Amino acid sequence: MAGLTLRNVGKRYGALSIIQGLNLDIHDGEFLVLVGPSGCGKSTLLRMIAGLEDISEGTISIGGKVVNDLPASKRELSMVFQSYALYPHMSVRKNLAFGLQNFKVSRAEVERRVAEAARILQIEQLMDRKPRQLSGGQKQRVAIGRSIVREPQLFLFDEPLSNLDAELRVQMRAELASLYARLGTTMIYVTHDQVEAMTMASRIVVLRGGKIEQLGTPQELYTRPQNLFVAGFIGSPKINMLQAKATRDAGRTVVSVAGMPDFAIAELPTDDQALTLCVRPASLRVGSGDVTGQGTIRLVEYLGSETLLHITLSSGQVLLASDNGRAPYRMGDPVTIGFDLSDLHYFDGAGKRIEPTQKESQIQ
Amino acid sequence: MKRFFARNAPAYIFLLPWLIGFFLLALGPILASLYLSFTRYDMVSAPRWIGWGNYEYMFTRDRRFWKALEVTFTYVALAVPARLIMALGVAMLLDKGLRTIGLYRAIFYLPSLLGASIAIAILWRQLFAADGVVNQVLAMVGIQGASWITDPDTSLYTLVVLAMWQFGSPMLIFLAGLRGIPRDLYEAAEIDGTPGWRQFTRITLPLLAPVIFFNLVLQTIDSFKTFSSAFIISNGTGAPADSLLFYTVYLFNEAFKFFRMGYASALAWFLLVIIATFTAIAFFTSKYWVHYENERD
Repeated sequence: MAGLTLRNVGKRYGALSIIQGLNLDIHDGEFLVLVGPSGCGKSTLLRMIAGLEDISEGTISIGGKVVNDLPASKRELSMVFQSYALYPHMSVRKNLAFGLQNFKVSRAEVERRVAEAARILQIEQLMDRKPRQLSGGQKQRVAIGRSIVREPQLFLFDEPLSNLDAELRVQMRAELASLYARLGTTMIYVTHDQVEAMTMASRIVVLRGGKIEQLGTPQELYTRPQNLFVAGFIGSPKINMLQAKATRDAGRTVVSVAGMPDFAIAELPTDDQALTLCVRPASLRVGSGDVTGQGTIRLVEYLGSETLLHITLSSGQVLLASDNGRAPYRMGDPVTIGFDLSDLHYFDGAGKRIEPTQKESQIQ
Repeated sequence: MKRFFARNAPAYIFLLPWLIGFFLLALGPILASLYLSFTRYDMVSAPRWIGWGNYEYMFTRDRRFWKALEVTFTYVALAVPARLIMALGVAMLLDKGLRTIGLYRAIFYLPSLLGASIAIAILWRQLFAADGVVNQVLAMVGIQGASWITDPDTSLYTLVVLAMWQFGSPMLIFLAGLRGIPRDLYEAAEIDGTPGWRQFTRITLPLLAPVIFFNLVLQTIDSFKTFSSAFIISNGTGAPADSLLFYTVYLFNEAFKFFRMGYASALAWFLLVIIATFTAIAFFTSKYWVHYENERD
């Protein structure tokens, strides 16, 4: 096992900069998820760590050793690809053993490790099949098995579940989590799916445009997003964003949101007048809250455990509220919608998180 | 029946030119040559039925027939692997991602377009002549070159070299095949520390097997039928000392020089049997070495 350190790491293709001055410390035994929208550089970063892409600048160290110039095979890591990258002409057994044979591992040891991986992943009955005879989930298990047999210090996963159907994805997610718990090896996992990131990660790195937007535990990202991008990216259903106006008044800040009554909070450390105010759908309440306003239900999405309500305020702004699903809502019903001040996230004009100087606040 | 014709008449009218061509210019002559192979026919008097006479003569008394077989088999055995190796080598170089790949593809394909032409065969004759360019270049480094084309020991090899030079069409097919191998298989192999040579033998070759098989069959058939280059370089005789007496050259001479049309037809049909046999062997053995991604189990 080993930790990983990235210092000022950058990647350029000609004039195009994919990753810029990235610094990151990944702890030994951590499950770190790189998440971000398409083209944010997460897969490129993973491939740079793997040694499949050159680094334009900076250093990458694994277990304290700089690996910039080490070929992929010498970095003591293994990688699971999105496409599984199984050798189609080889049986499952040969696929598992192929890599080990390059490292002069004795035949008995190869057999032992292959059998052990097959047992862990429950693919013993598939060993003589070819990849084309396997289902998507089975292929994924074999691909993971191929990584396990190497007994690497670092596992890399490049969107390994994105080719699976929804049900299988949930199942494999749980299996990966239990595999991590069992092996305890450092894992770096790339995904664009924030649910995968939230459910599996020890810590999450949210990337955008080749830069880190925020690094933190899933809880930190959810409860204290550092900017608007992270607030919008993490959390499902998506967070509500409201345009607000801030006015300073005798040590307080009065916040005005169209369609809601004005309210005052402790002073916000910004001179900006235009703010963005975010509130998660689960924090919006029907009928109560520190601040309440009137709206109309535009759409009801009943999901069983919860009901998603699309509510239009008098200003025309649409809010998404998640309710426990017990009350019988109907489209077109008038509704009182509210939130508690402690559930609000404030972002300045540049989209950066700001906090009221004091927690206690009062309604005007 | 009437309705069938009424409904399908336009289709048959459109098919007519091809049908006429096929029956008159292909199937007709093919069947005629099968009949002629059992006759003695000099194009002046009417064909005379001699049963298996031509075939009997071919196998028991015609020494030049055996010589032609020997030359042709030797050529096929050398030229097919040489051309395929050359084609695969160049395809792999091009696959490495040259920026002007389109241009290089065109340049490398050019010899194949020209290769079968008379002009190139004439050029080849001059290149490999006793005082040709090849020997002039060799002389510069102090090597006394042989008289490549007029020496029976080397003449066939000049044609093998010519065949190698015509690697364009199998190269393009190899290139398409190489492009079809997913890049992440190599990346997985890279991470697993697989050396380049092992990647080639354990990943590239097995995954390219269907394409290799296709090229092998096509090139074998093509090589058995080699005619124009051998005909030009040997002045249509198979000289020197019958070392360039390709099967097709011998067949051509029997037909159009000595007007033994019946015998030439028998030779042609035997060539068909040879090619069919080799193709069948290739297909039969393919199940042991060709892996198809989508084959049914």
